[in-house]
Amino acid sequence: MSAQMHDGFTRRGLDDIARDMTPAPARQLLATRLARRDFLRLTGLAGGGLMLQFSVGDVRADAHAQASAGNARFAPNAYLQISTSGILIYATQPEAGQGVKTALPMIIAEELDAAWEDVEVRLSGVDAAAFGRQFAGGSTAVPRVWTPMRQAGAVARAMLVEAAAHRWQVPASELRTRDSHVIDASGERRISYMALAEAAARLPVPDAAQVSLKSREDFRLIGQPITGVDNHALVTGQPLFGIDHQLPDLLHAMYVKCPAIGGTVRTANVDEIRALPGVHDAFVIDGNGEVTELMSGVAIVAKDTWAAMRARRSLRVEWDETHAARDTWTQSQSRADELVGAEGAETLADNGDVDAAMAAAAQTVESVYRYAFASHAQLEPQSCTAWYKADGTLEIWASSQTPQRAVENVASALGMDSKAIMLHQVRMGGGFGRRLVNDPVCEAAAISRQVGRPVKLTWTREDDMSHDFLRAGGFHALKGGVDDAGRAIAWQNHFITFSADGKSPVFGGNLSPTEDLGHLIKNFRLTRTQLPWASPCGFWRAPGASVFGFALQSFLHELAVAGGRDHLEFLLEILGEPRWLDPGNTWTLHTGRAADVLKLAAEKAGWGRAMPEGRALGLAFYFSHAAHVAEVAEVSVDDNKRIRVHEVTVVSDVGPIINRSGAENQCEGSVIDGLSAMLGQKLTHERGRVRETNFDRYPLLRMPQAPKVSVHFIESDYPPTGLGEPVLPPVAPAVCNAVFTASGHRIRTLPISEEGFSI
Amino acid sequence: MPTLALTINGRTHEVEDVPADMPLLWVLRDRLGLVGTRGGGGIALGGACPVHGAGSPLRAGAVPARARAGQPITTIEGLASADGSLHALQQAWIDHDVAQCGYCQTGQLMSAAALLARNPDPSDAEIDSAMAGNICRCGTYVRIRRAIHAAAKAGAAANTNTTATGAAS
Ligand code: FES
Repeated sequence: MSAQMHDGFTRRGLDDIARDMTPAPARQLLATRLARRDFLRLTGLAGGGLMLQFSVGDVRADAHAQASAGNARFAPNAYLQISTSGILIYATQPEAGQGVKTALPMIIAEELDAAWEDVEVRLSGVDAAAFGRQFAGGSTAVPRVWTPMRQAGAVARAMLVEAAAHRWQVPASELRTRDSHVIDASGERRISYMALAEAAARLPVPDAAQVSLKSREDFRLIGQPITGVDNHALVTGQPLFGIDHQLPDLLHAMYVKCPAIGGTVRTANVDEIRALPGVHDAFVIDGNGEVTELMSGVAIVAKDTWAAMRARRSLRVEWDETHAARDTWTQSQSRADELVGAEGAETLADNGDVDAAMAAAAQTVESVYRYAFASHAQLEPQSCTAWYKADGTLEIWASSQTPQRAVENVASALGMDSKAIMLHQVRMGGGFGRRLVNDPVCEAAAISRQVGRPVKLTWTREDDMSHDFLRAGGFHALKGGVDDAGRAIAWQNHFITFSADGKSPVFGGNLSPTEDLGHLIKNFRLTRTQLPWASPCGFWRAPGASVFGFALQSFLHELAVAGGRDHLEFLLEILGEPRWLDPGNTWTLHTGRAADVLKLAAEKAGWGRAMPEGRALGLAFYFSHAAHVAEVAEVSVDDNKRIRVHEVTVVSDVGPIINRSGAENQCEGSVIDGLSAMLGQKLTHERGRVRETNFDRYPLLRMPQAPKVSVHFIESDYPPTGLGEPVLPPVAPAVCNAVFTASGHRIRTLPISEEGFSI
Repeated sequence: MPTLALTINGRTHEVEDVPADMPLLWVLRDRLGLVGTRGGGGIALGGACPVHGAGSPLRAGAVPARARAGQPITTIEGLASADGSLHALQQAWIDHDVAQCGYCQTGQLMSAAALLARNPDPSDAEIDSAMAGNICRCGTYVRIRRAIHAAAKAGAAANTNTTATGAAS
């Protein structure tokens, strides 16, 4: 069926964000990087010292550069400064709790051989010309910067050694380094990097490709548990987040938009609002009709947040909803129910002969899996401080996962030259994909321009949940067949998703054949039908994978059970011989790495051990964001469908671990988040309006519900990749598979509260 | 409207023009610049915003500031000693690298401090029930439990040392 076109508003830039998060084939990550003459540039530092300005090639730029034979464009991306007073490393990538502000500087400090205590880390400014790409999404930061950051540290170290060699009149090859010092062969002479900085700054910069990097056995810092660089400021309550930003003469604003996205202001009682206590101004903004930038709404500007909130209660707006979203979840569900028996409208893959294999199968199983739309619910409310100055320039303090794009968004929304906009990145109170889009930044900027004063915009929780970029809901009508030996021989998936334009699926609704593990089965068919959906969908932690994992990994277990097989054995058999799906491309599944994490998870959790009545283990695997992750959940279930998750064992292979503490924290948090989303989180729309707008109807997991989490890493020699997302997808299927084994109930709906389950 | 006098972390602040229903949270953040107390933008469901009034936790997002006139209030900015030495919980939070985004953590610390003040050695179950009102969206619960136990132990050790020193002198 064809989806109905929705033309009420547009979504500029969402495609670009999706592209940024999906690196092109990354074979080059396996290859040694090319020599880069322009990789490092030396700049004299005022007051004497060494400043290395180094560039980080992005994986796509590299792929492009290789294709176009050396037309590489390497923008400088981070700064390392050594001065007489210490070592300063700028953290260039946005920090939302994924730990890059600590982990990425560790990479530089490792090759530099700096003592971590000597290093000060500061969040850098936002400047594409100086820093290259600054972006937090898709777990891409670590693979993007790994090699160039190591080279940057190593080059600096080589120059410091050279400077010491000159000073002592000995060959550089006789010197070694340790803890921010160069040490001579006898071990008697030691000199600190800080003391050498000025001399080092006068030396020529060696070719990065010629400088040797440490071998993994020599890592002293990488792999250690290092506490976050902001922790002292965090625990003492210092200003850190976007919402904490303060300026003299700051005004505070709320921005009220139509609860059905795309509705515009027809009339509003702004004159009445302006007369209320504490209110500075109230006005209508038309916006530019871009849901990613500036939509129509009413701004209330007051002397503090409370005065704006209070005045808002008296606001009366008549909305024009001609072009607003009219989505209703119950209608979408009914439509999907009518479709599940049919073939999908489009065929995405059809390998072997599925129909013949199903007919020949000893057993076939058919199930329908469903999951609802969901919201990000990052805890720091959306907020942004903007200051439009008399000279026509704008200064902005923004919590954004895409700070560079935020500048472009503001320029577009306000019709400004982006050169007149200076944006500071600020630590975020959670992102999870929501802050990839910069609508609050554009709103704050527009409001400040109107009043000509610095303004802090704050959204309420209701604003946030009503104007999110959703995790898309969806449906999978699955059918599988096993032969008389219990081997999987056929797999069919009719994926029902949503589309805004009737052509391509919404973000998070793009299931490719290779992401469906069923494609490892000889006879495989994936079809798709798109239903209309206008409210914008976006990128929710592990986009797509977070929900596909539930449906696909649960159904694999159903098939194993139908074939009378052990789940682990069944999965290993499907994975088959160790191989890359796309040979040499580290962004694709490697069946051997998959098998290894599965086997280790089973071993660590005691797979196969005897369990008391009503208690069981459940297993799941998922590959996403270049990471191979297996999990085992130990649960018990009572007669009232109350689940207790006792423990979740997580085994991942993301290559070498950089900050062990941060990495474990991401795994623990992903398990909690996965349980939270699985348990009770859903958004149901009615005529375009979200019905769940606060935590009373959109529960987050709380401490008494949190299980023990055991984390293990297989630290393979493959290039390291991020851990912010890939641990989440296996959580729900591991728990639901355990629930089946413990109780005989097969859960096929997210959230599981829809089937009467609780934790 | 009369000026409101608030005693926060041992210091008195005179605040002008505070409406009767203005929550303490917004007086702290927007009027006094004490931004370590953070709201979840909700309806006091997040628990990000506790402060202490007379040793017990208060939801700054729900309590009108005027209701606290003249009564001492402790916020996260006042949890460490005046000389800057950290509360055992703050140190444990750093040692165990509890935070992810960190947004909820000042609230978690204030709830945990109130718990330890009345129960110096809580069990897992006691921690769970005392902390159930504080959401952590990033899911750091496992570490919060661990850090509270560590701080309880450190507190017990400190007390033992004090006693030992006292006995020796
Ligand atoms: S650390 Fe992010 S909400 Fe708790």
